[in-house]
Amino acid sequence: MKKTFLTAVALAAVLVTTGCSSGSDDESAAPTSSGSAAAGAGAATTGKVTVLAAASLTESFDKIGTLFEQLNPSAEVTFSYGGSSGLATQITSGAPADVFASASPATMKTVTDAGDNSGEPVTFVKNQLVIAVPKGNPKGITSLAALAKPEFKVALCADAVPCGAAAKKALAAGGVTVKPVTLEQDVKSALAKVKLGEVDAALVYRTDAKAATADVDGVEFPESAQAINDYPIVALKDATNPSGASAFVAFVQTPQAQQVLADAGFQKP
Amino acid sequence: MSLDAHLVVKRDGFTLDATLTAGPGEVVALLGPNGAGKSTALRALAGLIGLDDGHITLDGRRIERDAPEHRHIGVVFQDYLLFPHLSALDNVAFGPRCRGVSRTESRVRATELLTRVGLSDHVRKKPRELSGGQAQRVALARALATDPKLLLLDEPLAALDARTRLDTRAHLRGHLGTHHGPTVLVTHDPLDAMMLADRLVILEDGRVVQTGDAATITSQPRTDYVARLVGLNLYRGHATEGTVRVADDFTLTVAGAFTGDAFVAFPPSAVALYNVRPEGSPRNTWPATVTAVSRQGDALRIELTGPIQVAADITSAAAVQLGLEPGREVWASLKATEATAYPA
Amino acid sequence: MAIPAIAGLAFLVLPLAGLLIRAPWTTLPERLTEPGILAALRLSLLTATLATIVCLILGVPLAWLLARTTFPGRRFVRALVTVPLVLPPVVGGVALLLVFGRRGLVGEWLDTTFGFTLPFTTTGVVVAEAFVAMPFLVISVEGALRGADSRFEEAAATLGASRWTAFRRVTLPLIAPGVAAGAVLCWARALGEFGATITFAGNFPGRTQTMPLAVYLALEQDLDAAIVLSLVLLVVSVVILATMRDKWVGVP
Repeated sequence: MKKTFLTAVALAAVLVTTGCSSGSDDESAAPTSSGSAAAGAGAATTGKVTVLAAASLTESFDKIGTLFEQLNPSAEVTFSYGGSSGLATQITSGAPADVFASASPATMKTVTDAGDNSGEPVTFVKNQLVIAVPKGNPKGITSLAALAKPEFKVALCADAVPCGAAAKKALAAGGVTVKPVTLEQDVKSALAKVKLGEVDAALVYRTDAKAATADVDGVEFPESAQAINDYPIVALKDATNPSGASAFVAFVQTPQAQQVLADAGFQKP
Repeated sequence: MSLDAHLVVKRDGFTLDATLTAGPGEVVALLGPNGAGKSTALRALAGLIGLDDGHITLDGRRIERDAPEHRHIGVVFQDYLLFPHLSALDNVAFGPRCRGVSRTESRVRATELLTRVGLSDHVRKKPRELSGGQAQRVALARALATDPKLLLLDEPLAALDARTRLDTRAHLRGHLGTHHGPTVLVTHDPLDAMMLADRLVILEDGRVVQTGDAATITSQPRTDYVARLVGLNLYRGHATEGTVRVADDFTLTVAGAFTGDAFVAFPPSAVALYNVRPEGSPRNTWPATVTAVSRQGDALRIELTGPIQVAADITSAAAVQLGLEPGREVWASLKATEATAYPA
Repeated sequence: MAIPAIAGLAFLVLPLAGLLIRAPWTTLPERLTEPGILAALRLSLLTATLATIVCLILGVPLAWLLARTTFPGRRFVRALVTVPLVLPPVVGGVALLLVFGRRGLVGEWLDTTFGFTLPFTTTGVVVAEAFVAMPFLVISVEGALRGADSRFEEAAATLGASRWTAFRRVTLPLIAPGVAAGAVLCWARALGEFGATITFAGNFPGRTQTMPLAVYLALEQDLDAAIVLSLVLLVVSVVILATMRDKWVGVP
């Protein structure tokens, strides 16, 4: 299994087709069997499956990919992680991929609106916001309302990205007005600002806070229930390995995969 | 104002070790072949390179540790190094400005100097719009504008063509006359040195080999380089009452009678050549073999070997008559009155 | 020669053509008057210019040091100067945070002594841009200095000019084209700076959101808006660069 982190739309096509397949040319041909969709049952899936997934899924999907390959030894899963909307742009621009897992229904809609999906998207996990604070919570931030205090430096995600939209919703639900010092381009950047101590708090997904437990604590707050984020997944129309694609989509919904996601802090849909 | 310097500079196997003095208003020419260390000496005086040993005393003050900008020395560089982005006027006004003179006053002074060197019509011109001779004058005016205690000129005429050179040399001599401090001039051209300087200092391989006025240097060279420069045959030997032994078994009869180590010098034109041993021969007659023939002005320069290596200048007609060509054996003779001997 | 040259030009120009073709021309007027665009553009021009000034003040003396003096480890220092060229800008931004951040080596002192922090401020944007753009200036100026005849400085010294005066009145005018070329490159690089800026200074409209940041975030939501922003940045920078080149660098 190989990982690639792609940002440039232009490079995506080149890398996915050439860079990632190096050393596995013999396997990259179209699947030889007609592959059952019931991948969880261990029916053989072969060939390469290229999955574009939201950055917040990185750790979980890496594990799920390994499990999938153990069950399907002749299959090879390649992940490309990135911001959901960037990935959506890549797909609508024709990047060759088999599966798209997004962090928001809105970005998924971009893909389905363009008709690039094969079958309906399925929500496979939910994620909700927590307040990420430096380890030990030195400023004693325990509620969403505390973020409105002017002495705290707060990082939010930009409105344009899903975590920003969710934060906006949650703040509105709590009637809290926060003056952030920065609107980060994605949730990992917001979290990095907390890790580096540049801000006192940031609104991030619970999964991201959990992945960074060494440096940050996640403070749960009730208003987050108003801004739960659905993660949809779908097989893509132009998939080079349609059976592999649907097999992977199905596998993500198996209890085995769901456990991995739950361990990472995701909630069941 | 006078200069007293002992310059010692060591650079990758080359050592300059030269003593140099110059009195107020005196022009001293540092003359020497390429690589003799002339420019090194000049740069050391200007403070552009440091001394490894020795001293520089100018106007009674030791300056060898001062930075160039504090030495009050004016330099005319070989290719003038006029600042290309400044007009002639601003080039000349640059020095006074750096010394704290007001802009207006600097310009007045610069205009004055440029007028003095005959360039009042060119004050606004950029260096690239000036001819070689004009640029040289601007460079001189620029160096003089700071009222330097010592004026240094590095090959001041080398960049000029022959005709401009003649005019500029005369012009330069006039201006050097008005400078009250000492002047040191570096050149490899003996004519420039003799025309411009009161005294010549001959530098060879980093050392001073001879100093003196033009007349002494030209008549009594002390090294092969100087002899070649002034166009004389030169030999070193031992003098005994009117004869000088210049080779193991070869003596020359000369003018001047003294005893001791001696130089003998005579011009190539003093040597006469014959096919047969001349009748009633003068005492200085010897057999010689032609090794080379070349043109030297109106005459032919004949290089001869024999008991001594010697150059002779003879007319083309005589050369034809003698059938001179390399390998030809001839008789050479020299009038004793034309050979000068002087103590070594 | 002609074929690779044309291919090279096409390679550079075609993406631009792509932007032009895809641009939402019909809605362009109203998109251009959106207030966010003007704020980001103003901030971009301001910070790029300030960053260039910072680079000139710090970079020209540094270039002089590299070109005109010898000291132990000069080669190593020169290699260090080019580090921001090689370093991914995002890493540069993290590095800046580690030094100038609230808990950084210098930043902590700044915070406790003056109550002043750089991240998330417009000054922070200038710092990030200057960090990334400085090598362009230093390399250009050093090249110009090496090409310039150092004997003019000697001539100035014999006329009584201190090193600084000689540099200011003689060397600097002589290398002015090189300095201008370096400043233009530096400015262009600062204008396009993204990674170090968003990492070090964050993203907040009107304060730290420069055009490239605005473009990137617009890309998350609305491709058309991103294209419009890119075009604005392109047009403004091309116009300014073309004018400056003619005026300063003396390219006919």
